Amino acid sequence: MVGDGLTISREEEEEEEERSLAPLPSSGRHHRRKSSASAASRDGFPNPAHVRHLSRTETERLASSQRELADSNSRIVFIGDPGGSDPRFEIPRNSIRTAKYSPITFLPRNLFEQFRRLSYIYFLAIVILNQLPQLAVFGRGASALPLAFVLLVTAVKDAYEDWRRHRSDRIENNRAASVLDPQSGRFLSKRWKEARVGEVLKVLANESIPCDMVLLATSDPTGVAYIQTINLDGESNLKTRYAKQETMARPPGEDHPVDSAGVIRCEQPNRNIYGFLGNMEVDGKRVSLGPANIILRGCELKNTAWVIGVAVYTGSETKVMLNSSGAPSKRSRLETRMNRETLLLSAILIALCSVVAICNGIWLGNHSDDLELAQFFRKRDYSDGDDKKYNYSGIGTQVFFAFLMSVIVFQIMIPISLYISMELVRLGQAYFMVRDANLYDESSNSRFQCRALNINEDLGQIKYVFSDKTGTLTENKMEFQCASIRGVDYSGGRVSSRDNGEAHYILAAGKHILKPKMSVKTDPELVRLLKNKGDTEQGKRAREFFLALACCNTIVPLVVDTSDPKQKLIDYQGESPDEQALAYAAASYGFVLIERTSGHIIIDILGNRQRYDVLGLHEFDSDRKRMSVIVCGPDKTINLFVKGADNSMFGIIQNKVDLSMIDATKANLHAYSSLGLRTLVVGMRELSRKEFEEWQSAYENANTSLMGRGKLLRAVASNVERELHILGASGIEDKLQEGVPEAIESMRQAGIKVWVLTGDKQETAISIGFSCKLLTEAMTQIVINCNSEESCRNKLQDAVAMYRKFAVISPDPFENALTGTGSTKVSMALIIDGISLVYILKTKLEEELFKVATACDVVLCCRVAPLQKAGIVSLIKSRTEDMTLAIGDGANDVSMIQTADVGIGISGQEGRQAVMASDFAMGQFRFLVPLLLVHGHWNYQRMAYMILYNFYRNAVFVFILFWYVLYTAYTLTTAITEWSTVLYSIVYTALPTIVVGVLDKDLSRKTLMKYPQLYRSGQRDERYNLKLFTLTMMDAVWQSVATFYIPYLAYRQSTVDGSSLGDLWILAVVILVNIHLATDVFRWYWITHVAVWGCIVATLICVIIIDCIWTLPGYWAIFKIMGTGLFWLCLLGVIVAGMLPHFSVKALKEYLMPSDIQIAREMDKFRRMNAATMEIQMNRFSTLQL
Amino acid sequence: MNNSAASTSSGSGDVPAPRRNSNRPKYSRFTQQELPACKPILTPRWVITVFTLIGVIFVPIGVAALMASNKVVEIVYRYDAVCIHGNTKDEKVAYIQNANTSKTCIITLTVPKDMDQPIYVYYQLDNFYQNHRRYVKSRNDAQLKDSDKANDTSGCDPEKTTPDGSPILPCGLIAWSLFNDTYSFSIGNQNLTVNKVGISWKSDRDHKFGDNVFPRNFQNGTMKGGASLNESIPLSQQEDLIVWMRTAALPTFRKPYGKIEQNLRVNETITVIIQNYYNTYSFSGKKKLVLSTSSWLGGKNDFTGIAYLTIGGLCFFLATAFTVVYLVKPRKLGDPSYLSWNRNPSGH
Repeated sequence: MVGDGLTISREEEEEEEERSLAPLPSSGRHHRRKSSASAASRDGFPNPAHVRHLSRTETERLASSQRELADSNSRIVFIGDPGGSDPRFEIPRNSIRTAKYSPITFLPRNLFEQFRRLSYIYFLAIVILNQLPQLAVFGRGASALPLAFVLLVTAVKDAYEDWRRHRSDRIENNRAASVLDPQSGRFLSKRWKEARVGEVLKVLANESIPCDMVLLATSDPTGVAYIQTINLDGESNLKTRYAKQETMARPPGEDHPVDSAGVIRCEQPNRNIYGFLGNMEVDGKRVSLGPANIILRGCELKNTAWVIGVAVYTGSETKVMLNSSGAPSKRSRLETRMNRETLLLSAILIALCSVVAICNGIWLGNHSDDLELAQFFRKRDYSDGDDKKYNYSGIGTQVFFAFLMSVIVFQIMIPISLYISMELVRLGQAYFMVRDANLYDESSNSRFQCRALNINEDLGQIKYVFSDKTGTLTENKMEFQCASIRGVDYSGGRVSSRDNGEAHYILAAGKHILKPKMSVKTDPELVRLLKNKGDTEQGKRAREFFLALACCNTIVPLVVDTSDPKQKLIDYQGESPDEQALAYAAASYGFVLIERTSGHIIIDILGNRQRYDVLGLHEFDSDRKRMSVIVCGPDKTINLFVKGADNSMFGIIQNKVDLSMIDATKANLHAYSSLGLRTLVVGMRELSRKEFEEWQSAYENANTSLMGRGKLLRAVASNVERELHILGASGIEDKLQEGVPEAIESMRQAGIKVWVLTGDKQETAISIGFSCKLLTEAMTQIVINCNSEESCRNKLQDAVAMYRKFAVISPDPFENALTGTGSTKVSMALIIDGISLVYILKTKLEEELFKVATACDVVLCCRVAPLQKAGIVSLIKSRTEDMTLAIGDGANDVSMIQTADVGIGISGQEGRQAVMASDFAMGQFRFLVPLLLVHGHWNYQRMAYMILYNFYRNAVFVFILFWYVLYTAYTLTTAITEWSTVLYSIVYTALPTIVVGVLDKDLSRKTLMKYPQLYRSGQRDERYNLKLFTLTMMDAVWQSVATFYIPYLAYRQSTVDGSSLGDLWILAVVILVNIHLATDVFRWYWITHVAVWGCIVATLICVIIIDCIWTLPGYWAIFKIMGTGLFWLCLLGVIVAGMLPHFSVKALKEYLMPSDIQIAREMDKFRRMNAATMEIQMNRFSTLQL
Repeated sequence: MNNSAASTSSGSGDVPAPRRNSNRPKYSRFTQQELPACKPILTPRWVITVFTLIGVIFVPIGVAALMASNKVVEIVYRYDAVCIHGNTKDEKVAYIQNANTSKTCIITLTVPKDMDQPIYVYYQLDNFYQNHRRYVKSRNDAQLKDSDKANDTSGCDPEKTTPDGSPILPCGLIAWSLFNDTYSFSIGNQNLTVNKVGISWKSDRDHKFGDNVFPRNFQNGTMKGGASLNESIPLSQQEDLIVWMRTAALPTFRKPYGKIEQNLRVNETITVIIQNYYNTYSFSGKKKLVLSTSSWLGGKNDFTGIAYLTIGGLCFFLATAFTVVYLVKPRKLGDPSYLSWNRNPSGH
């Protein structure tokens, strides 16, 4: 039993999760029943009491089955009695806590979080090792400094962020709510954080809702409340919620003692914001509760004077809090690659340490006889009189210690500062991306958003872009364009000039003038037809068509004031932009929906205000692909209006209709969708009284059932939606966003493959493909739409054969497509639909599909479900190394966005779900081009260089230490002071690389936009690969040799002391690595100059300060050695000798094997000069050559 | 240099959109990453200029350095082998450790060239790891400076205290191993005075070694490592100790012994009486006596000159090589036809 209940409830949940085209809340039938009952009794229809009786027995039967489920698995809330709530579960109060830390837990928790990074453990282990007296290489303070510094920087950053969260938590928790006091029966003001589950709260208009509450009563007599969910899902339109009729009658409060109030059983808290399941027991009656009966924290009450509700989920259990997961954490590819090189460096580190340890052992072995007396070793400690060894316990132990000590000394081979530098650099890059005026969207007033801070550089390596269509490529601002009524096409509004049908339908309403907010261009012929009072069959159908458009929807008309006090606008609020477009279209043709209450709608038909009672409404669902409404008009006829997708509608039409009309309609539909219009077919049927009664009882039954409600309702709907007259079809234009074709062309040139994944029909998808220049006439289209695995296989094999045939012409089409050479001979486009994908994804055919798809230039997937979108992304992601990017705007794109390496949300019309799941969010599709081609390119280039440079920089230093160790009897002495060793990577050389990582630009924005092909350098991993790493490391070894051996040989057999030579080495290496950086900087800003040269000066100052401390052995050494000529000669020699190979190779490579980027840089620079100077330049060049 | 940079965004930038609550990012050259910048490119002219310039600078310096090194006259005499009796290492060690054997050793040096004063006298030790980790840490700087901290011997292991527990001053292996060979020079019958004042760093005498700190319990232990110190002279005047305690960077090193403030003429014979006390035989270390004049570059060392000449020569060579490369394979800089997608006419 419990098991059954569970499966059913899960099923229900899945239903709720489907976001439908027109999701009218699935509940709220009770008030509707009331209105229908009143309408029915007025009209002499059967007494609804009968219906109610039936439904109640049904309810109780089902409810009893749910009781077991409820007891074990649900939350029990006693209305008005917070203390009585379920004791089995700890229910939090309504205070929220987004802050991670408290002052007490900050230190341990923050440290714990930070040490989850493996490299930090490594550094910690080294610090701990260094604390052992036998191994103490550095002083205790010095050894802990780098780690402490890094931890501190991160901790300060975290603490600041957390403080801000604390502050907002505090404000949020201390907001005022009015809570019903059970004793007095009055609503008292309480703070939000004190509200508890079970308490009854009252919320007034425009107030925020403090917790998730089940509605008990609203100011509206029918129990409707309007809420705005912009904070929850970003949708700005109003949504309707309903209070149950049972509680509506007597809201808890002064008149009603709360102890007689009921009990609510509901699901345990979960994060599904579109689902809620529960029931309420009031006066022994059980009523079911659905998502339409609950208002969620974070929403705002609108257009409703007040509501009273009972808190069911509070604080951290509210759906908004459960959904507020942070930005997704992804790891950039560069960082993954970097780990490979880190491992290599670890291997080098271990090799160095082993060399030192083994040599140490050999040395000890060779000198074992000498060491007792050698003054510098003196194995024995005589101070206690007895003959014990000092700090020496056999060669084996010494070797072991030497190994550990060398790990400590050479630890910075793994650059600790790199991690913190990368974070800072990404922060800087994000700053510039967010501030970029080119990524600002005027229409939505939104900036670029960087939600994930650790994959900036991935933007420079994208090879596949998976794009949603609606709302991403297109604006998702629907505009009604054509109508086909009885097979006659009325597209006049589309073609004719604007002034023709521009006139608004203006309605006089008392003192005011009402007009729809948006007008649609109308077809003059159709207007004429409608005005002629529908005497003809065509005219009648046309009227019915627009009546259907006006009433078969879930639009809520809102009257909005304008600046002109005499004029008011009707704003159609609805969740589906298609429906809004249709409603505005109907209004423009004179069928103005003016008012919607729960039971009726008022439509102004060509000047006559008429009331239609809404008796029933079947929501849109993805199985039926249609919605329907049953209305009772002023002439007491009961009509069923249905609208839906063409293939679902033509299946349920009346058989004996005029076939030619159907064919004409189909032809029109085809024409519309080839224009890229979204089509809907509208039909109707008049219901006889008997049919209506049958339907009504079935509808009531289904409606009140607790489980499988959705399924039952669907069955009822399917049952009544049959034998329709087709009234006509509509064509709605989904406008392309600005700049989409250009953006797609740029990306194509950049070697990025754009795949479009859409839920639309094939024809629509293809036509959009053409209009955004994704598809061209020259392309060979491979269309796969099959209904079985077998036919899919055949189709795919044909496709493979085809591309093989072409492959003979151009040997490797895949490779060629990437490099952009030789693939233009044959370009192919794959068009595949969702049904075929069902048979292909997750089967053996996947491999075939992958081959075909990657060989094609363009892939269009139509009719795909959200999960299939993710499946296609992972098809590429799992088989190639290529980076994928998914861009979308709706909830159906979330899975795709999360699957792809980079997810981008369009902050547009369809809500914020996609944005919440994305890594980056922006206003327009076309911003993808500057984002990838400019910022992505820069970020990748900067980050790649920074990582390599950090590896190089630390390796040079470590090798210098290593060479010196070879001359200290392998005992890990460092000539460079321990403080300099520690400060080297965090102070002496850190800032320039960060500045360069944030600011440097290899190419100007203009050039990058002009030559999208330059983007391919990122796809080819040109800036960071094993070869570059190896070269850099070789350079590092050479530079360390130069740095170490030039002073070594110059000062051999001299009186120089260790500290002086150490100072020379540290200054030389710092200057050298900074000069190395300087030769690689592309653009010198004044900030770069300050950072690079300032860092060298800062190093000198630090060295001087260290040498002014008299307790250190190096006291005054820097002054002594700086006074000698040899020091300066060594310094100069080191820098020149160290830089020679790097400089020569760089010059040679840039000249002989210039990369595209190099040539573009030269163009960048030399194009700027005017022709005259150019000529002089070239002349000079040629004279020089001569 | 980057004057036209603003043009890219001027269309959107200079219209300040007075809308309320606009999120439009404020335009500034910084936030739009359009700060004026210098964009260096390694043009052939630049490369050749740089190499030539380096060559032009380095070759003369190299010549000057070599000349300076050649002017330095240096006499190096290894005396550890001649001043000992015994063939095996053990015999040598036994000889040097025996307090009763005569350590006096007389050698003669011939001046190869005229040497102008001051002539620096150094002793050079080979294979002596003054940078050994055990050794280099075994000191306490506070004790040397401050008379109040005479008992502070932390870090001085294994030469902290005498067997009876009294603290050693100066403690530690470095001080304990103080070099104790002595040299006296004469030409014919005339003694050459060696000035041992001022051989150490002034900063060390003034700030690192206290003038009221006197040696105590020094070299009283079971084993003597080297020289004893006069307990009535403050550390700040014990210049041999100060010199010794500035530990050498490398295992072969010289330490100043003194200055001969007198010119020596070519072929003059110097007699040196060496008191060969210091035990380097136990670890096969060499001892050398060095007399040397100095130049602006310090002592005799041809390396710097040779290195500069090499680098300078190499740069001239590279300059030539690059010129050849530029002539043989001329390439117009910034020519779009070199772009990879333009090289293949079949590309996009």
